Amino acid sequence: MTEFLQLTVYGIVLGSIVSLGAIGLSLIYGILRFPHFAHGDYATLGAYLTLAVVQGVSVSTLVALPVGLVGTALAAIAIDQMLYRRLRRVAPVILLIASVGVALILRSLIQIIWGPSNQVYETGITMPYRVGGVNVSPDHIVIFLGALVLMVALHLFLQKTKMGKAMRAMSDNADLAQVTGIRVNTVIIWTWIIGGGLAAASGIFLGMDTRLHPVMGWRVLLPVFAAAILGGIGRPYGAVVGGLIIGLAQEYSTVAIPPSYKPAVAFAIMVVMLVVRPTGLFAGRKA
Amino acid sequence: MAGILDYTIFSLCFVGIYGLLALGLNVQWGMTGLFNIGVAAFFAIGAYTSGILTTPPSEAHWGGFGLPVPVGLLGAMAASAVLAVLVGLVTLNLRADYLAIATIGIAEIIRLVMKTETSVTGGVRGMPDVPRPLTWIEGVSFELTFLILIAAVVAVVYLVLEVARRAAWGRVLRSIRENEPSALAAGKNVLAFRIQAFVVGSAVMGLAGGLYAHFISFISPEAFKPMLATFLVWVMLIAGGSGNNKGALLGALVIWGIWSASEMVTGLLPGALATQAGAVRILLIGVLLEIILVTRPEGMLSEAGERLRGIRKESRRDHQG
Repeated sequence: MTEFLQLTVYGIVLGSIVSLGAIGLSLIYGILRFPHFAHGDYATLGAYLTLAVVQGVSVSTLVALPVGLVGTALAAIAIDQMLYRRLRRVAPVILLIASVGVALILRSLIQIIWGPSNQVYETGITMPYRVGGVNVSPDHIVIFLGALVLMVALHLFLQKTKMGKAMRAMSDNADLAQVTGIRVNTVIIWTWIIGGGLAAASGIFLGMDTRLHPVMGWRVLLPVFAAAILGGIGRPYGAVVGGLIIGLAQEYSTVAIPPSYKPAVAFAIMVVMLVVRPTGLFAGRKA
Repeated sequence: MAGILDYTIFSLCFVGIYGLLALGLNVQWGMTGLFNIGVAAFFAIGAYTSGILTTPPSEAHWGGFGLPVPVGLLGAMAASAVLAVLVGLVTLNLRADYLAIATIGIAEIIRLVMKTETSVTGGVRGMPDVPRPLTWIEGVSFELTFLILIAAVVAVVYLVLEVARRAAWGRVLRSIRENEPSALAAGKNVLAFRIQAFVVGSAVMGLAGGLYAHFISFISPEAFKPMLATFLVWVMLIAGGSGNNKGALLGALVIWGIWSASEMVTGLLPGALATQAGAVRILLIGVLLEIILVTRPEGMLSEAGERLRGIRKESRRDHQG
């Protein structure tokens, strides 16, 4: 029972990280109509930008976090305007190929600048709290609460602001949205701000939970895709649920199979979902 | 001088192996529009299957069947094809981008299996002693013999695929790529054709993997940096001209040339950057891909150009006749 609760804690932490990535991926997929394969590397970028601030002016990770979010969002806009915008007229799969290229460019740039080895934000051991035999580290609480705050902020943005409504409209039906006079390019820029910012947050939290490494984001891309598909493409709320399911399933699976196969669990869930219900739990865009 | 010649022969063997991968991908993406980013997975399956079938008995990994190399290569193609059928049945009636996500999952799982299942693959220590074929031929170096072998294989695969492309089969694949509903309306079993294209392409990739194993004689998970191999093949096909078999081969030659040249250039980097040479090279290839996509997405030898030349040739023949 204690083991189950412990895995639940790990699962929720991992789920929060995956969800943050999946929200942006799902929105970008819904609005720009291509699976953004560089999303994991945007997360890596956010994590390393934050590391640069943490090391540069020696502040705590949470203080540096906004810099990582803003920096990644700006990079996302720049890449979109320089590259993706020129390719939007052609087939969406060309954007897909381009994003694979962006993923490799970002990863190698990060490796050139910050080196190929593992790094951490803060050294030293923090004692975990023990609650009924279950270990909960302070970082876990920060990650969970941080993800919660960002998700609530996103919810308010999507529901209360005009831009949020425009984004949901674009995601539901782009043609209809354009007819009503929504400015497409502005919506796309906002999509990158939110997608890039949330990806950065997931990368930073992943770095707090484990370590920073140039391929850290690429490694979580598969679970993030699984979460986005599970929740339904273009459904940010679905992505949150999908992320939690994937996170919990990956942690619970370690009871039965070697932990190195964790990504395979996410993949298996995704394949089952694609076969049984390709629109996802929350009836997103049909496959 | 002899060194340069040896290096050229060695490089051309790799061009051949990558050329096969590009031809395989051309059947899937160029002709049919199937987006496979798991090229490395099918390549690795081929290499390990051929390795397991042909190596002498060993404690460190499965196999020890000691079968002849041609059996190993056939096995490599078969294993790759079986994996393709399994993946295809699940994902090929979905959209192209879903297939892309699925193949990345396959590649990741194959990578994990290669590393984790030590009893099967030898794990990170790899699989040594994969036999080299045709070593009984005397008077020429193994590399040169192998280059002739691989050139023959590439020629056969190219001719078969070129015949297939011009035949009704190839036309159906292109019609599915261009307009799926119209192919359906013409009474074509779209899913069956897609699976065929996916399996044929994957079998060619498996063959490339098998040849690689017998050329290098040693395989380890390190050899299949999944994204690097896959990405290089994609850049080759797009640069050469997707949909065009000649383009795929030309792309393999040119991009391999650039890739090798980049190794020489990064060798000149100052000390601190020299350790990052690998990353610098990937960066350069990535930027090259984006430039091609923005400026000349149809590649060096475009599919449309090929068709135009075909039409001109026919009309000349009509005038003469």
